[in-house]
Amino acid sequence: MTPEELEQIAETERAAQSQFQQRVHVCVAAGCMSCHSQSVKDALDQEVGRRGTKESCRVKGVGCMGLCSEGPLVSTSTGVLYKQVAAGDAAEILDSLEGPAVARLVCRTDVPFFQRQQKIVLENSGVIDPDRIEDYIAAEGYTALIKALTEMAPREVVEQVTKSGLRGRGGAGYPTGLKWSTVAKSVGTQKYVICNADEGDPGAFMDRSVLESDPHRVLEGMLIAAYAVGASEGYIYVRAEYPLAIKRLRNAIRQAERAGLLGANICGTRFSLRLDVRLGAGAFVCGEETALIASVEGKRGTPRPRPPYPAMEGLFGQPTLINNVETYANIAPIIRKGGEWYAQIGTEKSKGTKVFALAGSVQNTGLVEVPMGISLREMVFEIGGGIPEGRKFKAVQTGGPSGGCLPESCLDMPVDYESLARAGSIMGSGGMIVMDQTSCMVDVAKYFMDFCMTESCGKCIPCRVGTYQMHRILTAISTMSATKQDMSMLEELCDLLKHTSLCGLGQSAPNPVVSTLRSFGEEYRAHIDDHKCPAGVCGQQENGEQG
Amino acid sequence: MPSYVSKPTPPNQDKRWKLVDATMRRQGLQARGLIETLHTVQEAFGYLDTPALRYVAMSLRVPLSRAYGVATFYHFFTLKPAGEHTCVICMGTACYIKGAPQLLHAVEHDLGIAAGETTTDQKVSLLTARCLGSCGLAPAVVYDQEVAGKVSVAALQQHLKQWTRP
Repeated sequence: MTPEELEQIAETERAAQSQFQQRVHVCVAAGCMSCHSQSVKDALDQEVGRRGTKESCRVKGVGCMGLCSEGPLVSTSTGVLYKQVAAGDAAEILDSLEGPAVARLVCRTDVPFFQRQQKIVLENSGVIDPDRIEDYIAAEGYTALIKALTEMAPREVVEQVTKSGLRGRGGAGYPTGLKWSTVAKSVGTQKYVICNADEGDPGAFMDRSVLESDPHRVLEGMLIAAYAVGASEGYIYVRAEYPLAIKRLRNAIRQAERAGLLGANICGTRFSLRLDVRLGAGAFVCGEETALIASVEGKRGTPRPRPPYPAMEGLFGQPTLINNVETYANIAPIIRKGGEWYAQIGTEKSKGTKVFALAGSVQNTGLVEVPMGISLREMVFEIGGGIPEGRKFKAVQTGGPSGGCLPESCLDMPVDYESLARAGSIMGSGGMIVMDQTSCMVDVAKYFMDFCMTESCGKCIPCRVGTYQMHRILTAISTMSATKQDMSMLEELCDLLKHTSLCGLGQSAPNPVVSTLRSFGEEYRAHIDDHKCPAGVCGQQENGEQG
Repeated sequence: MPSYVSKPTPPNQDKRWKLVDATMRRQGLQARGLIETLHTVQEAFGYLDTPALRYVAMSLRVPLSRAYGVATFYHFFTLKPAGEHTCVICMGTACYIKGAPQLLHAVEHDLGIAAGETTTDQKVSLLTARCLGSCGLAPAVVYDQEVAGKVSVAALQQHLKQWTRP
């Protein structure tokens, strides 16, 4: 594939697309699929066939449009977005292409949920057909790869990524450019690139959406990364729980190989990359990079001490670059438009945009991409549309089981890596769960501790035994049978786990407890001193078991 | 030296072993292909039993203990066959705060089994999931591969009644 050939494909595809005067896009990502969007698409296809307008009207399955709670979503070339569409609405929607919109299905797009977003990672989501490489190429796909291969030295690629200020989107926020240059400098007979798509945080579905909506973007990011660091083999480690993402990813790999954009001597250069999908098997700890590497090697996913870091000794003992899905998805636009362009977006230390999965007790749940530095209040009350049913905001949880619960006093804080860390939470992979007055913070802390206890791999004692003990105390508190000594033991254990666990799972397992103790200490005291759960959650189910 | 050197033979004549063999060959019959192979076995047979683990371990030349260790370490693998129907209740954060524990309690009470178990008549398996990623539809339940959103206790009990009707 030469640059000219790529341009040719893009031209042909654009010409083919412009022949259709009317277009109807149906979301076929997992969120809408589980509300039967496939049957909506089939009905539209059938109706177009029945009317004999196949030449002028195109029905296309596209990726996630964001507002998952209102699915199935359908958008049309007349600029209207329809929500909660059923198969029976097909005829009316097609009629609306030449007339007034179907009022009862219209979803307003002039609201903050859509207006406040800035899309880089998700720019193609909801626009292109994830199953067709031509559609991606027509949307400037793979031009960044060609640019990197033909116009830039590997060193220059790393420079641009460093300039962009991009930081790892998996949670820890390590500077991506720095990681790349370390791997590039490492010496090894064979280098690897790995994409971490083991999205284990409950309440997070950003990576799944990116893979389902725009898989080629992730491949392109990995290709550019492999070129920059000198790798020739790579793996994408995906959760087995995401069958649709796996299917689309495998399809994308096949298409890219056939087009000569993946495999040996890509675009006639000496650069080669072989990519393969590896399925995770439901172990949260495999999101930790050394555990993930062990799992790719076919072993139990247990972490090992670092250093040596994977950048020096990773997969099969060779230098390995591991980045998250969203990190790779940012690469193509950075190379296309330059690192400086990217660095203009966001805050001083956190550049660019971040995709969040907004869920829990908010009006609008779904996927949003916003510039870094937006306030939590804007996230919850403007984009999220506030708390439903007139209930009162209580906390927002970020970072999953490794993160924390932020109270109302933190709402005006900007969302960036440092601010969240200072407030006792973490950016994490981007799950954001809103809780209202009906949630008990002790119960939430217990829920996350139960998660960490079950997911602890058992290799190091602080995590294996510590999470169990903390869970035991939290259970005692929630059944109103804890004492003051239990509380001080709980605090001591928080400290112990944080400082002595082997990997991130154990080190951050106390975070939900620490953050709720800090902001909602009175709830703990109410359970212990007054034997009462202010939210009325605890003691309900346990009562039956106590007897 | 008997079977350790020659190629091990599959536990039985079932044609599905050809799929398993193909996966192992694609991984170069190396230990690193263990997890991929177990995925194929589970996809083909529904679960991993001892003869299957033994066959895979011998073929890839890994100790049986390691194959067993991997199979039990990962939640996705199951050593027991599932029931005729499966009901998966999502216990992700969003589902949890929207009432998933109540759903689980109701099913456990109705069926008389705990999460991860199958009813004695092999009709229904009850499972929990870490997060289905369908957080916009919380609380979510998967009935035999089909995701249902915003599930109430009554709707769930209704669905289970259809399955357990003799």
